[in-house]
Amino acid sequence: MEAAFKNRGGMLGVLFVLAVMVLMVSPFFGSSTVGWSDVFSSQESSVATKIFWQIRLPRVLVSFLAGATFALCGMVFQALFRNPLVSPSTLGVSTGASLGASVYIWLGLSFSLVGISGVSIFAFLGALLSILIVWSLARVQYNETSTARMLLAGVAVSFFFASLIIFIQYLSDVTESFKITRWLMGGLFVFGYKPLFDILPFVLIGCGTIWYFTNELNVFATGEETAQSRGVDVSIMVKIIFVLVSLIIGGLVAVCGPIAFIGIIAPHIARLLIGSDHRYLTPATFLFGGLFLTLCDTIARTVIAPVEIPVGVLTALLGGPFFLWMLRR
Amino acid sequence: MLNSAVELKNFAFRYDKGNVLNDINLSIVKGEYVSIIGPNGSGKSTLLKCLNRIVKGGEGTISIMGKPLSSYSQKELAKSVAYVPQHLSSAFSYTVDEFVTMGRYPYLKAFSPMTSEDQQAVEKAVQLTGLSDLRLRPLNQLSGGERQKTYLAAALAQEPDILLLDEPTTHLDPKFQKDVQKTVCDVSRNLGITVLHVTHDLNHILTWSEKIVALKAGHVCYYGLSKDVMTADHLKNVFETDFHLLADPVEGHPIIVPEAH
Repeated sequence: MEAAFKNRGGMLGVLFVLAVMVLMVSPFFGSSTVGWSDVFSSQESSVATKIFWQIRLPRVLVSFLAGATFALCGMVFQALFRNPLVSPSTLGVSTGASLGASVYIWLGLSFSLVGISGVSIFAFLGALLSILIVWSLARVQYNETSTARMLLAGVAVSFFFASLIIFIQYLSDVTESFKITRWLMGGLFVFGYKPLFDILPFVLIGCGTIWYFTNELNVFATGEETAQSRGVDVSIMVKIIFVLVSLIIGGLVAVCGPIAFIGIIAPHIARLLIGSDHRYLTPATFLFGGLFLTLCDTIARTVIAPVEIPVGVLTALLGGPFFLWMLRR
Repeated sequence: MLNSAVELKNFAFRYDKGNVLNDINLSIVKGEYVSIIGPNGSGKSTLLKCLNRIVKGGEGTISIMGKPLSSYSQKELAKSVAYVPQHLSSAFSYTVDEFVTMGRYPYLKAFSPMTSEDQQAVEKAVQLTGLSDLRLRPLNQLSGGERQKTYLAAALAQEPDILLLDEPTTHLDPKFQKDVQKTVCDVSRNLGITVLHVTHDLNHILTWSEKIVALKAGHVCYYGLSKDVMTADHLKNVFETDFHLLADPVEGHPIIVPEAH
């Protein structure tokens, strides 16, 4: 273990090269084949060229950024709660965001606020509500959170909000209900570059802020009391992180649905590769999360082509056993 | 007072469930080694946590190095006051080097690498605590004593004026208790750091401490030189049990033995 973490720069370089390779190769795979010659074809109107530039490339970029950002959110929660089993999905934050978005769809609303879509705002409010409920239930006394209570509270909030989503689906007509169901599976059904630009502000602000806080996350991961004694204003930091993660999850879930388990798998594997120091773990988690979701999405759209599996189904199929394996460790 | 490291005037603190500290008046002189004793629940740990704002609030005033506690930002406070807990529960396995480096948090800037001053401070803390050979070892592979020394090293990397120790040797075997305690004493004396040490180990106090604060039910019962506070009557009053003070056959200083029956 000691030797493995000595060359962290090298490991980050390997992850970077792998991420670039996945980004370059992935757009060529899917239900129909796109060749190298199609990409730079002079016939811009050819179907293969359109598939590459208007469907595959934006989709791969969205999957990479979404995976990277979901993974960073998981890493932040794990440091904050000092528990590797914690992520936006296990704490019910993703379900909260889904509830917010489902309410938006059900109410038939259509608005945007300073360029942010209404569905993102509703998803943000749902995520924030769930995280506040879990946090308040997990507090056992001054400056202390109970991990067991927190996970149980997360499960309870998840179940409760999932029940509300089912209730909303029951009240909706068949088309809306089907739309909600497909979207809840978590999918990257991206056409054109609008979804990319929709998530970009959340990704840039979110990842930039998380990177800014790498020193704080290190100290936080050793306990709230220690963090406070090292100079972190814990109560302010917790509020910033809660709002930030809710904002990111809201923005991502509104576009991609609640893609499960990336937030657990990616930080954990990155930690095995590069150690727990967040100055290195943050870029490693970003790169690994991005390339992992992009790979999953590539598999999801090719394995039973021409039919696509929603990528959330695939990450959940991988993530469930992974979670159980971690529980046994 | 100008030479006070820590000064509390009419300080009181309460959690939701009731008062923990009442009307505390204390003045700790710079560079002194002061132990804080008292029964469980007497407010010892809370007193330490009020001094570095792990818990916030309270009535009355606290001054740190001549300045009101309220005038410090949390980062500035961490440059003056460091805290060593009894135990840490980190879910992730940091190495000794990484953990000690975290002591530099109040000096670090975002997006910037550590400066040469930061590296020197970490190096010095590691040297002083004798952890040089363990720098790349994960914390979960250390013995209890080595781990406590790592916590101490991280606190020293903060380059504090005041060191708060919350029962750092409680769960250690006698060899490591002595080892860690000696390291704390040597380092604090060499660097001129003021130490406030919460402990239940009454015999070690007599060896290391210059002064003692005895707390009972949130009040300061006694405060003074160790030899003056550590009498059988005072201890009985504080802990509500009888004690015998015997003479050490080798060194002559008193040994404190609680009555068995």
